[in-house]
Formats: sequence, structure tokens, C-alpha cells
Amino acid sequence: MSTPTDFLLWVRGPGFDIALVIFVIGVVIRLLEMLVLGRKADLAEARGSEMGPGLRTVFTRTLPEPGSMKRSPFTVIGGYIWHIGFLISLLLFVPHIELINSMLSVSWPGLPSNLIDAVAAVTIVTLLAMLFSRLNHPVKRFLSGPEDYLTWLVTFLPMVTGYLAYHRMIDPYPLVLGLHILSVELLLVVFPFTKLMHAFTFLFARWYNGAMAGRRGVQS
Amino acid sequence: MSGATLERGLNAFREQMNAPVATFFSSCVNCGMCAEACLFYTETKDPKYTPINKLEPFRRVWEQEYTIFGKIKSLLGLTQPVTDELLAEWEELIYDGCTLCGRCSMVCPVGNDISYMIRRAREGFVAAGYAPDGIKNASRRAITIGSPMGVKYPALKAQIKHVEADTGLAIPVDVEGADYMALLSSMEIMNFPEYMEALARIFKQAGVSWTISSEAFEATNSGIQIGSSDIARELVSRVVVAAEKLKVKYVISPECGHAYTAIRWEGPNLIGRPYNFKVVHILELLDELRANGRIKTEGTEDARLTFHDPCQIVRKGGVLEPPRNLLKMVASDFVDMQDHREMNWCCGGGGGVSAIERAEELRLKVFKRKTAQLEDLDVDTLVTACANCRLVMEEGLEAHKLEIPVVGLTEMIAEHLVEDKE
Repeated sequence: MSTPTDFLLWVRGPGFDIALVIFVIGVVIRLLEMLVLGRKADLAEARGSEMGPGLRTVFTRTLPEPGSMKRSPFTVIGGYIWHIGFLISLLLFVPHIELINSMLSVSWPGLPSNLIDAVAAVTIVTLLAMLFSRLNHPVKRFLSGPEDYLTWLVTFLPMVTGYLAYHRMIDPYPLVLGLHILSVELLLVVFPFTKLMHAFTFLFARWYNGAMAGRRGVQS
Repeated sequence: MSGATLERGLNAFREQMNAPVATFFSSCVNCGMCAEACLFYTETKDPKYTPINKLEPFRRVWEQEYTIFGKIKSLLGLTQPVTDELLAEWEELIYDGCTLCGRCSMVCPVGNDISYMIRRAREGFVAAGYAPDGIKNASRRAITIGSPMGVKYPALKAQIKHVEADTGLAIPVDVEGADYMALLSSMEIMNFPEYMEALARIFKQAGVSWTISSEAFEATNSGIQIGSSDIARELVSRVVVAAEKLKVKYVISPECGHAYTAIRWEGPNLIGRPYNFKVVHILELLDELRANGRIKTEGTEDARLTFHDPCQIVRKGGVLEPPRNLLKMVASDFVDMQDHREMNWCCGGGGGVSAIERAEELRLKVFKRKTAQLEDLDVDTLVTACANCRLVMEEGLEAHKLEIPVVGLTEMIAEHLVEDKE
């Protein structure tokens, strides 16, 4: 790995494969270790059903409860902006779609690059603002530990290296592209072992919440 | 509660671990939004009262023993164990600083049911010996005497005599084959006997066949509040045995909130089998009698009214429509608080908090949430359907120098009841 090109070849070859394997196996193990714990059958006579209200909560929790919107507007709006911005940058940037197509043979239309560029810039600024909020908001600062900052960092790095690569702000290009891919690999490797897992487990959490309330006749 | 040790506490935490808890802990990103849904945070602005933080000891057991990376971290000495000191420090947060109201569970963006976890985590605290004396003593009295307030049957019998004298109606006791067996909370027996009077009059008018059991009349369940399934099971079993002995078809949970959670939702799971009878909340029964035309009311309250939704009956109990259906019968000037029904704010004394003497200052402080809700409305009377909420709010209103009477919904219906004269 003596030249930037060697580095790029490694990160997009063996490096990416290793990260992907750790990610997939890690996520599967983590989900299994949670779900095998199961839960006991509820013997109290149900007032309502579980499945419908559970699925409903999976969707409705995407919108904030009105009181929370009023009391935590920054967390709610900032959370929306960066999550959506991150997903747009990841899934609608044409080179990303081509990469996914080469791996999985599925494809979809992307957005113009200059639009993705603007979305990425907004996302990066929002992520910085979210970090600032975490460091300053009394509750968030109180709750936060090393894992909260680590997960922020590994989310932020792909965005910022992607931005640098797109604008070719670091020479030579293979180096900055390699760093971008490396940062994604870091995200993939860290993902299963941290609260980044919420990207999968929130579906189960919301369902359990909605189902247990639904059984009692309440839509949560 | 004897022989409580850290090891027993840890074992209790392990017994409470399940898939919902694991997915909840795994999903939390420390966004802090649950703090803004909790009156202990909004009224104190102390971040330690953030709901998810109250679960830190339970979370550590999950992370260190139920996650692959946590196990590795523990092996490398990178985690902090759950110790006696930690539980001692957290006792105040999980008991004094949480009423199990479940409001946080309604707002969490990833869907965590935090109050569900607090209820489970209390099992570990009590098994390790870290529970407040107030609830411990109430539980001890409940087990040995039969009531958390120490009310024995002779005291109930005396109140029954008073009610019979006042109403001229007989209160049926130990009547085998009655349709309904009514439970009471100690507070209703001692502080609000008008509840029993209301039952007698309404049931007489509607022709409901009912009884009280002299062996199991107490509806409250300190075991649910302290978080001890063993105590809770014993208390529920007494009701089940009495109901099955009297061969009733229904057991009526009184207005008391956590009593309803105990007998309706936790009971069958505690005794490990479904009941041979159904459990109805008194408001559900009254609403049914209303819908079937078996009770009618006359006249309306002139006062401007609002209704405080008891957390355990409404948000966590699912008795959503009956309170307002019944209020419509008797209220001409009814107004809802801004946050109501499933999103109502707790009175601050549920989940056993009202039994913790040392928590009084905190409880009165967080009651500011309720006074703020009331001041928005300019009401004359506050109606509710939980004896505990009622007492807590009466104390809170007095401490905050607000002169708003608190009335039970059942007795308000009884006051307007159209009764056949014999």
C-alpha cells in the first residue's frame, strides 16, 4: 500500500469486503441476541389487538407528538434534516447507485449531482449543529457518553469525506476517495456494536410499544 | 423483602430481561426527548430525572450480560458494574422520581416503552433492598393486615353501617352468586366513603346484583408499586380466591388507578392463569349501564368542570371513552385540559410516590405542572376517577393555594341519579 492508488484499491476491494461481512454478521447476531430473549404470553384478557396498533405505531412515531415538537423543536427538526439528508446522499447519488447496482444488480434513478451537493452541505452543517447541541443542552450533555460521540463521528466522517472527494479538495483524488470509502467501512464496522443499531431495532421497539398499548385498547 | 442482596437484585434484573427491553435499550440514542415528557424533569429542570436515565442500572445489566460487545468490554474491564452504591443512588430516581405514568413512552421517537422498563427494573431494586421505607411499610401492612393503610374488615364494616344509615340501602356482603364483586381502595373506605354510597345507590337503581367480600375488599396492590411480583401475586390471589369462592361473574375495580392495572392487566400474569371472571373498571360498568338505559341522570353541574385522566386508567388502562361519556350526562360547562386523555400529565403521586414520605417536597414541586394546566382553564371543579390522584391533587392544590374542589366521577353521577321512590 505504498501509493494512494494502492490504498484506494485495498479499501474498495478487501477492505470493503471485510467491513461488509462484519456489518452483516454483526447485525444478524445483534438482532438474534435481542429477539431470542422473547417475551411471555400475556394472560390478561385483551381489549384490543396487538398487530394492527403495533404496525401503526411503527409509522406514527415517525411524526413527533405535538407537545414534543413544541418542547424539543431543535432535536426534532435537526433530527429530520440530517437523517433525510444522510439517506438522500447515500441512496440518490448516482455513483452510489452504480456501486449498489454492481453489487446487487438493483438500480433506481438518482438526483442531479449539484442537488446532492447542496443536500450534503446542509446535512454536514446540521450534524455539526447536533453535536453542538449535544455538548450544550443540559439533558443531552448529561446523558451522553463516549459511545454517543463515537457514533456521531462515524456518521459525520462519510459525509465530510464524501463532500471533500466530490469537490476534489484533497490531492491526489484516489487518496480522498479512499478515505471516503474507509470512513464508510468504519461506520459499517462500528454499526452493529453500538446504538447505531437503532436503525434496525427502532422497528421492533415501536412495534412492541404499539402492540402492548394496543392490547390495552390504547393507540400509543 | 428480608434477605435482600445485590446478587438477588441482579438476578431479578436478569429475570426481567426480554426482547422488548433489549430492543428498547438498543434503540435509545440519548436524544433526551423523554425528559420533556416527564413532569419530574419539566418542573425541576434536573437532567437526572430524564426517564431513560432512571434505568441506568438495568441498562448496565443488559449491556454487560446480554450484548456481545458489552461482554467483550466487560472482559476487558471497560464497563462499570452495578453496585450497591449505584442502586442506592438510583433508588430516589426510580421510586421518588417516577410515577410509572407512562407519558415518556408516548413520545419516544424510537418507540421505547420506558415506564414498562421502570416497572420491571423496580423488581431488581426491591430484591436488592433498595426501595423507600414508605412503600416497604405499605407493602408489609398489605401482606400482614390486608391493606396498605392498615384498614381491616371491622373498619370497613363500620363504614358500611354509616353508609347504610345514610342511604337506607343495604350493602351486600359475602353474597354468593352475585354478578359483581366490588373492590375498594383503603382511601375510598377511610377518606371517600361517598364512593361506596354512590355504588349502593346506582346499583340499586340499575338493578345490579353485587356484593363486597369481607375477605378480599382491598383493591390496591403495593406489590405493583414497589415492584415485587411476589407481593403483588399474593395480593391479587386473595381477590381471585374470594371472587371464585363467591362465584361472581365480574370483579369491579374501583376508581383507584394502579388497582386497575394490578387486577386487570398484571393479575393473570402474576398468578399464571386467566381468571374465571372478568374485570371491569367502575367507569366502564357505569358507561355500560348508561348505554343500556339502566341509569338516568337529571340536572347538570353549574360549575365549570375539567377532568383529570388518571394515568393507569386512561393512558395505561385503555378506559378512554367512558369518563367523557359519563361527564356528558351531568356537565353543562365541561372543558378539557390542553394535554388530556392519553397525553394527560400525571398528578405526581402515582406509582407509589404518594406513599413515600421523603418524596413529599418533590411531589408538591412537580404538582406545578397540574396547577399550570388548571390555571389555563379557569375551572371551578376538578373531576377525576382515582382516589389516589384525588388525595394527591387535594394536597397539591392546598399547597399551591388554589381553591378548586376535587370530586370523584362516580359520586358525581350518583348525585344526579334519577331514583325510583319506593
